[in-house]
Amino acid sequence: MRLIRSEHGTGWLFVLPAALLIVVFGLVPIGWSLLLSFQSSDFVSPPKWVGLANYQALRDDPEFRAAIVRTLVYTALFVPIVVLGGLAVAVALNAKVRFISIYRTAVFVPVAASTVATAIIFNWLLEPTFGLVNWALGLVGLGPYGFFQDPDQALAAVVVMTSWGWIGFNAIIYLAALQGIPRELIEAATIDGAGRFATFRRITWPLLGPATLFLVVWASINALQVFDEIYVSTRGGPLQATTVVVFYLYQQAFQFFAAGYGAAIAYVLFVAILVLTLIQLWIGNKRVHYTS
Amino acid sequence: MTDQAIEIPQAAATSGPSRRRLRWPSPWHLVLIPVALVMVTPFAWMVMTSIQTPEEARHFPPVFPSGIHWQNYTEALAAAPFGRFFFNTAIVTGVTVLGNLILCSLAGYAFARFRFFGRDVLFVVILATLMIPFQVVMIPTFLIMRHLGLIDSLGALILPNLVTPFGIFLMRQFFRTLPIELEEAARIDGCSRLGTLFRIVLPLSGPALATLAVITFLYNWNDFLWPLVAIQSEEHMTLQLGLSTFQGAHSIEWTLLMAGNVMGVLPMLLAFLLAQRQFVRSIASAGITG
Repeated sequence: MRLIRSEHGTGWLFVLPAALLIVVFGLVPIGWSLLLSFQSSDFVSPPKWVGLANYQALRDDPEFRAAIVRTLVYTALFVPIVVLGGLAVAVALNAKVRFISIYRTAVFVPVAASTVATAIIFNWLLEPTFGLVNWALGLVGLGPYGFFQDPDQALAAVVVMTSWGWIGFNAIIYLAALQGIPRELIEAATIDGAGRFATFRRITWPLLGPATLFLVVWASINALQVFDEIYVSTRGGPLQATTVVVFYLYQQAFQFFAAGYGAAIAYVLFVAILVLTLIQLWIGNKRVHYTS
Repeated sequence: MTDQAIEIPQAAATSGPSRRRLRWPSPWHLVLIPVALVMVTPFAWMVMTSIQTPEEARHFPPVFPSGIHWQNYTEALAAAPFGRFFFNTAIVTGVTVLGNLILCSLAGYAFARFRFFGRDVLFVVILATLMIPFQVVMIPTFLIMRHLGLIDSLGALILPNLVTPFGIFLMRQFFRTLPIELEEAARIDGCSRLGTLFRIVLPLSGPALATLAVITFLYNWNDFLWPLVAIQSEEHMTLQLGLSTFQGAHSIEWTLLMAGNVMGVLPMLLAFLLAQRQFVRSIASAGITG
């Protein structure tokens, strides 16, 4: 009896610091944010209860709608590029060739570049007049393009920039998954006369299922929250062409000081992420087979 | 060239039946070289511009630098306190990594091994907060920090990141894979719970602790949105925020910007290159756990 009682005490003692921090900086803000989304607040004067007014205003806000569309377009481009790109690169990095560790380092190294540093580098690479990319494209008769300065191209340029930063991360995870596939399975398929493509489709790809599901979910969550690179490279422009949801949220809350409106945007984003993740997991779990 | 002979049997396993081709470098190089170039060129270009004169940088078509123009670096250092940014980032990152290692170990161990009132409910609640995007808690966190008088101080960056639900989950899962007999033996020999954790369990938890350290390090080192909201004065800026502010102030002085960016990227780049194996293993295992 004494032993169990002491376990209650020590158990709580062990989790207390962590639990306290998570309550203060996790649970309290979650509730507070919901409360704020039903209030009108400018960070200074006492907040006023406005009921659903923030959400109704959001529903009728054309700029918010446009931001949602841009975020969805961005996500629809970014996720397949980084997942399939990561897979293709990982397959190449799994080859048994010379200098493979040099190739691996080269591909993984953008993981070490922060989002801010990446955006500064790409600002320069994609500079319309003196940039390296326009020069290289000019060699094959293309361009010059405006990239970040052209409202029609800016979002695509952001996709290219963020994909460069992400593919290495996905390649690391896919490579680990590829190396976890038992050699005997591949060899058995080869002995049975399966070609390389058939082996990949029938053996490798299904075995990569859990990794693919994780990477799709993780890339989608991050794509819906994209902010850093856009803040540094385009500040949401030109002509709001790259004002995505989180950028709009940042503007509303911390430039126009509409805390309640910002909180409502955050909650809409949260629900959108939750719903998309649940759909992906639901589809994924029907298709993905977990071994062992 | 002598190790060419060793490579051949390995290549034979992957590159199919045509034996004649094996004397040539593998066709994989045709894929790998362009991919590697795309990944590395932006870095190389950054370094190159950082040692050019402004005239060379604005030359079209691009030219190689005629010499090393160190002046960009001294000018960048005079324009923004990169040393200070680095120091601030190192403090924030160091303290949050340490905090996560200790607090997540303590909590994770209790969740893995103790039976105490409310354990399962608490664990589920902590797991649920894992799914909350930062933007949802950002505005109230700002208000809380203002109440605490911590806005525009490093404390605002440290406190909310001292412990992560992911870290607790990671450590708990790892501790559950350890054989409990060792801990029972230590208890019988009179070791306290805390002693058991620190003397028996944690020394066996190297891989999990390393993963947690790397993930926390990467997250806090690269974090941008929260510092952007929480910090205003230059002396408290982190590297990321400092770089972004520097870019805002010198938006077309490319040589200066690239020199600053090199200094901003270098610490993480060196850490990554020196400990690549550890980084890669940690990211892969965090991916599998998550």
